[in-house]
Amino acid sequence: MYTVSSSPHIKSNDSVQGIMRDVIIALIPATLAGIYFFGIKAFLVTLVSVLSCISAEALWQKLTHRKITIRDLSAVVTGLLLAFNLPAAVPLWLPAIGGFFAIIIVKQFFGGIGQNIMNPALAARAFLLASWPVHMTNFTVDGVSAATALGILKEGGGKLPSLMNVFIGNVGGCIGETSVIALLIGAAYLLYKKIISWHTPVAFIGSVFILTFILGRNGFMTGNALYEIFAGGLILGAFFMATDYSTSPMTKKGQVIFGIGCGVLTTVIRLYGGYAEGVSYSILIMSLFVPFIDKFTAPRIFGEVK
Amino acid sequence: MGLLTFKKGIHPDGRKDLSMNKAIQDLLPKGDLVFPMQQHIGAPCDPLVKKGDRVFVGQKIGESKAFVSAPIYSSVSGTIKDISPRLHSNGTMVLSIIVENDNTYDEVQTLIAHNDYEKLSKPELVSIIKEAGIVGMGGAGFPTHIKLNPPADKSIDSIIINAAECEPYLTCDYRLMLEKSNEIAIGLKIILQMFPGARGYIGIEDNKPDAIDVMKKACVNLSNVEVTPLITKYPQGAEKQLIYSITGRELSSGKLPADVSCIVQNVGSAYEIYNAVVNGKPLIERVLTVTGEAIKEPLNLRVRFGTSIDEVIQAAGGFKETPVKVISGGPMMGMALSSLNTPVIKGTSGILCLTKQQAKLEEESSCIRCGKCMGVCPMNLNPTKLNSLVLRGKYEDFEEYHGMDCIECGCCSYACPAKRHLTQTFREGKRTVNINRRKK
Repeated sequence: MYTVSSSPHIKSNDSVQGIMRDVIIALIPATLAGIYFFGIKAFLVTLVSVLSCISAEALWQKLTHRKITIRDLSAVVTGLLLAFNLPAAVPLWLPAIGGFFAIIIVKQFFGGIGQNIMNPALAARAFLLASWPVHMTNFTVDGVSAATALGILKEGGGKLPSLMNVFIGNVGGCIGETSVIALLIGAAYLLYKKIISWHTPVAFIGSVFILTFILGRNGFMTGNALYEIFAGGLILGAFFMATDYSTSPMTKKGQVIFGIGCGVLTTVIRLYGGYAEGVSYSILIMSLFVPFIDKFTAPRIFGEVK
Repeated sequence: MGLLTFKKGIHPDGRKDLSMNKAIQDLLPKGDLVFPMQQHIGAPCDPLVKKGDRVFVGQKIGESKAFVSAPIYSSVSGTIKDISPRLHSNGTMVLSIIVENDNTYDEVQTLIAHNDYEKLSKPELVSIIKEAGIVGMGGAGFPTHIKLNPPADKSIDSIIINAAECEPYLTCDYRLMLEKSNEIAIGLKIILQMFPGARGYIGIEDNKPDAIDVMKKACVNLSNVEVTPLITKYPQGAEKQLIYSITGRELSSGKLPADVSCIVQNVGSAYEIYNAVVNGKPLIERVLTVTGEAIKEPLNLRVRFGTSIDEVIQAAGGFKETPVKVISGGPMMGMALSSLNTPVIKGTSGILCLTKQQAKLEEESSCIRCGKCMGVCPMNLNPTKLNSLVLRGKYEDFEEYHGMDCIECGCCSYACPAKRHLTQTFREGKRTVNINRRKK
């Protein structure tokens, strides 16, 4: 008696675990850069965040008598991304709470992997920022308080770091967003492995580039667009958060619309809003439009006459 | 002329190297032969013989009065041992005629050989093809005479020979082209004779360059025939995709090829049309590929219908290791067999034996919305959406989201990293919708 099942009888080698493993590999350069620039504290925050996410997932699934799926590595990705969105100076209980919030409230309450309507790491960051704003905006490095480049652009005060330092990562900021070059190396890997496509990141970064140049902080057509796209969390957000499968559109056309929406919101928040940085809120807001975007960008069925 | 293709689809590992260099060998069956009375789409045949009768090679043993059906012929000479339900490769029990082979292969001439086929009219040709029991040899088994007899209001300008053989592993069409190119060309010529003014196209994937060459040579004197190389991509040989690749015409939901002035015939069917018309031979055997990593000596065999799959596998040296799955047909759309004790029928294009390594039997996990299924669906459907609709029993929404347009090619299930049983649920969805429609 042989196994009988519905065709097809062969499958590709892709797996959820493989995809998550590739995302983790792509996040390694930025993790190392964060540790290099912010020291051992950055490593500890990352470690606590990852462990918290894994334990939260295992614990929740155990308590609710579900299959424990931590082997798919998605909780590790959430943990890394959450740490990437935290300053290195936060107390270690903060990433622990953040991890539980991300996994249980944002991910599992909505049905687990693929079902959450917001990126767990970003929603947890928003939650932590609202609850512990002082910790979340303390960008002290080695006892020296450092403002972020975007903070200086917005509030003034302090000397603006050079474009080169912003690109390499030698600036104040969150652990994972600091080094543009490290993030781009990881992004190139994800594009090469076809885990993500160029549509969302190019639309997102491109629209911030164009809009900040046109609108300018000092008036029409005065923006330093290159500096704006490298400062803050835009590169991290555009390549690693806005491309999150669960919370972004599935169609290519939809991904472009989604990216542009994120870019417009980011620019508006950065230039006119109360916060210096708008990447995470813009992605969170656009994620809520994903069902609409998917619906209205559904491709024409083969043979269908519209 | 550049390579033609359709949009989306997948590139599975072809694995045709296992058997593509093996010339077609004849297999003479030793054991009893089982002829299911249903080897085609349409009405099942009624047995024309009874237990104890002696039959000959080429003797008609099953026939139906229904229009959509195809008669069945004995492939050996011998005695009718039994007429009873037997396991069919589709998994159901089907009324079958069991013939005890006397190994003498005494023949009876049922059809008339027509060397002067050029003088035959369309109705005469259709009737020969119908009488010969020819069905689509690609696997679906739709009676050929019906395809060749479209409604009078449909003008036909393109006859497409489906020689894409896009299923991985299978090489029977490829071997047939290498070894019977002139006969296939005559088969196409006969079809074109029925549709004056129409052009013939032979669509072959570009991973078979020598087949493209021999078919070009065979058709060199046919001014209205073109061999069209196609990009190697699955499902290049799916009817709608093939029509699109070659003519650029899109067949819309529920329409037939004749609605866009096309008729598609499998290359094996073209060969059988030649055989029936010119040689006067009814359909009693076919070429199939016995292959897969579990098979000792993969090869291409000409097998008489009714031969048990067990015998076919023995002819290929038996198993190298115990297979996890034995499939009738290709790996993408073939049917998994529970037992080797089923017969080869008209639609058996291959016997594929997969080991544990190839037949990945992974558990499905939640959809991660990666969109790969949408990226590969040649019909531009949203498989993950349709999957959740079927699982929640929302069959009306399934229709609304064009679930009925699914061609069950399996690309989505192949590509899905979460190993979700997408195609399987669409089969269920389509069946349920059809049942509900009939109730209304």
